[in-house]
Amino acid sequence: MKVGVPKEVASGEARVAMTPASARDLQKLGYACLVQEGAGVAAGFGDAEYSEAGAKVVTGDAVWGDADVVAKVQPPTETEAAALSRGQTLISFVYPAANEKLLEIARDNGANVIAIDMVPRISRAQKMDALSSMANIAGYRAVIEAGSNFGRFFTGQITAAGKVPPAKILVVGAGVAGLAAIGTATSLGAITYAFDVRPEVAEQIESMGAEFVALEFDDQQQDGAATGGYAAPSSPEFREKQLEKFRELAPEMDIVITTALIPNRDAPILWTRDMVEAMKPGSVIVDLAAERGGNCELTEKDEKVVTDNGVTIVGYTDFPSRMAAQSSLLYATNVRHMIADLTPERNGEVVHDMEDDVIRGATVTFGGEITYPPPPPKVQAIAAQPAKASPREQTPEERKAGELAAFKEATKRQVALLVVGGLLMLLVGSYAPASFMQHFIVFALAVFVGFQVIWNVQHALHTPLMSVTNAISGIIIVGALLQIGAVHWVVVFLSFVSVLIASINVVGGFLVTRRMLAMFQKS
Amino acid sequence: MLSNGLVSAAYIAASVLFILSLGGLSNQESAKRAIWYGIVGMAIAILATVLSPGIQNLALIVVAVAAGAFVGQYVAARVKMTEMPQLVAALHSFVGLAAVFIGLNADIMLNAVTEMREAGMALEEAGLTAFGEKLWKKDATEIAILKVEVFLGIVIGAITFTGSVVAFGKLAGKVSGKPKKLMLPSEKMPLPVISGHWLNAIATVACLVLGFLYLDGSGIWTMVVVSLVAGFIGWHLIMGIGGADMPVVVSMLNSYSGWAAAAIGFTLGNDLLIVTGALVGSSGAILSYIMCRAMNRHFVSVILGGFGGDGGPAAEIAGEQIAIDADGVATALGEAESIIIVPGYGMAVAQAQASVSELTRKLRAQGKDVRFAIHPVAGRLPGHMDVLLAEAKVPYDIVLEMDEINEDFPDTDVSIVIGSNDIVNPAAQDDPNSPIAGMPVLEVWKSKQVFVSKRGQGTGYAGIENPLFYKENTRMFYGDAKDSVNSLLPKIE
Repeated sequence: MKVGVPKEVASGEARVAMTPASARDLQKLGYACLVQEGAGVAAGFGDAEYSEAGAKVVTGDAVWGDADVVAKVQPPTETEAAALSRGQTLISFVYPAANEKLLEIARDNGANVIAIDMVPRISRAQKMDALSSMANIAGYRAVIEAGSNFGRFFTGQITAAGKVPPAKILVVGAGVAGLAAIGTATSLGAITYAFDVRPEVAEQIESMGAEFVALEFDDQQQDGAATGGYAAPSSPEFREKQLEKFRELAPEMDIVITTALIPNRDAPILWTRDMVEAMKPGSVIVDLAAERGGNCELTEKDEKVVTDNGVTIVGYTDFPSRMAAQSSLLYATNVRHMIADLTPERNGEVVHDMEDDVIRGATVTFGGEITYPPPPPKVQAIAAQPAKASPREQTPEERKAGELAAFKEATKRQVALLVVGGLLMLLVGSYAPASFMQHFIVFALAVFVGFQVIWNVQHALHTPLMSVTNAISGIIIVGALLQIGAVHWVVVFLSFVSVLIASINVVGGFLVTRRMLAMFQKS
Repeated sequence: MLSNGLVSAAYIAASVLFILSLGGLSNQESAKRAIWYGIVGMAIAILATVLSPGIQNLALIVVAVAAGAFVGQYVAARVKMTEMPQLVAALHSFVGLAAVFIGLNADIMLNAVTEMREAGMALEEAGLTAFGEKLWKKDATEIAILKVEVFLGIVIGAITFTGSVVAFGKLAGKVSGKPKKLMLPSEKMPLPVISGHWLNAIATVACLVLGFLYLDGSGIWTMVVVSLVAGFIGWHLIMGIGGADMPVVVSMLNSYSGWAAAAIGFTLGNDLLIVTGALVGSSGAILSYIMCRAMNRHFVSVILGGFGGDGGPAAEIAGEQIAIDADGVATALGEAESIIIVPGYGMAVAQAQASVSELTRKLRAQGKDVRFAIHPVAGRLPGHMDVLLAEAKVPYDIVLEMDEINEDFPDTDVSIVIGSNDIVNPAAQDDPNSPIAGMPVLEVWKSKQVFVSKRGQGTGYAGIENPLFYKENTRMFYGDAKDSVNSLLPKIE
């Protein structure tokens, strides 16, 4: 079968869905590759490179007409969709929720459309998760774009010509793009802050080197794992708190990068007009959510605007396309992985397995039916966070009361033990003769001392402890020595044996302990 | 000849030295000095006793001590460190046996002395030992108390003796490590089934009855029978306890040997014996307590043997154990920054400690952070692993106990589990129905990667499946621990 790649028709789109490298890999899967003339030029891949990689350079009509699988980047235009034929497979971004018309055309043509933006977020599908790979680039590019519009250094320096303070960057939304932006910003030397409504990403934010902006809010936000790793809309109270925090941060921030998106909704307004007005002149806002209306109230889609107080707001939506060579490489790899999953036998034949979670999830029309939205995947995207019962911070009074109660409890226990012990002693004392009591005192004290001493023995020395106690329990030899008299031959014999074995204990125990202790050495 | 006052002074000195020698074990360096306190204390105690008034048969004493000392130093010099548990158990049994003998002796002497006194002999004519003289002067109440002490000394001594012999057999592999209880067949008995616990209870009652008979004046045969019955209890009790519970058993027997010595001290009216016995007894008791806590089990349930009733089906484990070869392990170790090694009884069995030490040395030479995590009940003796690693020249400051290191696993690149199983079982935390639920375990699964060196796919001592082996970040490195580690050595440069 043939995989074809047309030239993107959308204005400003520089990416291409196949690179010479991915063409080679696709041929290994058994496919022949068709590329429209000039499809890769904007991304830096000439027709000659494709030919060299074994792909056939053809006209646009030939791609749509001959290829069994058409791969592209942008959603097909209506003209393109109309060119699809029965049984043909299309792989591209589709945004099916917003493009119903497109789905209908594809259904009527009987084409099978795979929306690469619908690939479920499970571990197995990461290799074809084009949203993530593109978001990664967008996050990086957002920082670069901000930097080119920001008149100062990112990193702080003290030079002979004066002190340069480091730039302060706030990243709102720590998804893939947000994390990429954090990583880029911190490696350029900026002091980076990041915010996300999902408290569980705090760790990821900190791992990238940014500081997590925490909100003091009691209601546990919905666990991100329940929504496949995406954020869910937040409650009005939470939003209020959030905006309050942003308002507090706005005057300090030099650069704000917003990436907050909720699947299938308009982007939430998080950076309001008054915040923009509170910012210093020369500050930059890069709004990665501009496609969906923007997180900043003043964002204009695809435009760069400068406000009256000198704040630049970048609302471009084509960040990946601005790095076309890089993004084409990654996107082509995503597409190649998708095709590989469609070709289980690696024989160049497409097997469209609707039982497969990933393929089913991404397929939006199949066999003359619209198959969007897909059923929920069988595999949970991300392991659910275990419910954390955060221990409530105790007030000083409560802590004091707790300590007092514990102290009283301990006192009570000790007193009870002493009373019981004392009574037992009295009982013994009232019957036993004085000679016994003398020994008994010694015994009780020795047990007491023993407990005090042994608790301090180090864990690692328990074996030497046992062997040394073995040795000193050989003290029983003293008993035998006292008895080894001439009263009866049995007594002499038994005492003799006792002395003998007790000596084994004494000598053996001490020597082996010494041997062991000598082995313990410090590095 | 020393006066009685001098002998007492010597005993005080010996007691203090013994306490110091135990107290010195609080760290490795002071322990090396403290052992000398113990040796000097013992020498003082024995010399003072031998030189005290009323000691007879000096030649016999010299012969016995010389023979015992010879055997002792021979054993101490020859024993392998992996055989320490057996040696400790054997030494316990000696104390127990000596206690039984001394108890019997005390009774024989008591009878002889009483006869002489009733025959109207004068104290000077009788030619008694120091102990004999003490007996001569006792009144009726004191004799009754003495008899109770003799009884206790013999019972504890006999239990210690047979129990230690069985423990020795189990540890040395001469007796099967599986818990065993006698079951009398029901046809022969009117009772439905006489289970092991009942048998112990009956034997205990028999001991008590014989004890009362003895107090009543029934003669020495009662004590001989008591020593046999108590011996049976000791044998049967320890037969019923499985191999992994041995740390508790050995420390319990350690404790008993101390109490036996203390009981004999009461019999003989000797404070040194009482003090030393009490020290040893409490030391063993604390060790048993620490071991039980480390296994989250009650002392009673350990002693009664086997694992308790089941609380429902244990969780099923899905997945499979994935094997890995030496190259894979070596590559992962080469990339790792921090490594924690968790040794267990399997390392001792395979005698792999020297290879592990060599591996540690090589990894440390590459600047990696290598540490050891020791669970309190790893091995068959409290602190067993520490001794084995020390023998193999692993520096003790990288050998850490569970509480010190458990929090570090999430920051660790590679954990290597060598021959341990139940002490790294996550079911203890996750599965409330697991027989080991609630037992503190080393959280190796939190490290980025875990390698388990294990002979085959079997379960551990407790017969519990270990979900660790099925975890995504776990790889099984099958084979004899020593061979496995040796195969790694040339690959790590």
